[in-house]
Amino acid sequence: MAQKTIAGKTIEVNDEGYMVDPSQWNREIAAEMAKEDGIELTEKHYEVLEFLRESSAKGETLTIRKVGKSGITDIKGLYQLFPGGPLKLSSKYAGIQKPASCV
Amino acid sequence: MAKTTEKPLKKVCIICAKSTIEDVYATLIMANGAVMEGIEAKVFFTFFGLDAITKKYMNRIKTATVGNPGLRAPGGLPFPTILGMLPGVEAGVSAMMKSQMAKLDIPPVDEFLEMITAGGGEIYACKLGMEMFKLEKEDLWDEVKDVLTVGEFYAMCGGENTQIIFT
Repeated sequence: MAQKTIAGKTIEVNDEGYMVDPSQWNREIAAEMAKEDGIELTEKHYEVLEFLRESSAKGETLTIRKVGKSGITDIKGLYQLFPGGPLKLSSKYAGIQKPASCV
Repeated sequence: MAKTTEKPLKKVCIICAKSTIEDVYATLIMANGAVMEGIEAKVFFTFFGLDAITKKYMNRIKTATVGNPGLRAPGGLPFPTILGMLPGVEAGVSAMMKSQMAKLDIPPVDEFLEMITAGGGEIYACKLGMEMFKLEKEDLWDEVKDVLTVGEFYAMCGGENTQIIFT
């Protein structure tokens, strides 16, 4: 466990950079995290992040298929928003756990 | 990020030669898992594996109930092979397998292939296998990228940190 100061706030992160406490999250933190990976967050990105946060809070197992059916974007769009990690990167920026699903 | 001297995998080339639920889904899950991790994936379907990309059969694949010692009844009781021979048993067992997978949000074959291609994965059919089964390109799922010889497929499997996986 480590602490990281980002967007003027100190947050707890694990060794892969995922936030430990989703309640510490805010939009600025997400933007900074994405910027570190070279991604500029748009409103569409935030819609995905909010969807993931809500699903995660309900205890659901997240899959790209669920996001694809959420009406926010399709799976192709999800890959375009988060290149190379449609669920991994989006979960990281959403301040939730690393996804534990294989689909 | 964990420190490691290993070089991360860049590309997987997956070959599927059988048409049972377990063979096809092992292929699809590994291919989809790769693209989700940002790993390039190329999938080559040959012999009976062609069923998975043939429009007529792709959503009708089954699990063998004869000659499958790993098959057990719910609760772990043995599943005698002689039962597997009865009409309808294979269909019933296969439907049960598919419903279990659906609960885990694992989609039907056509939708799964779409998920893989949406992520940039590529699907190929084996030329020799198609000739054997008298299949034409029109018989195949529309997003099959090409029909290839083995040599042509190998030619795509070059590059650093690439693995060929035979399911």
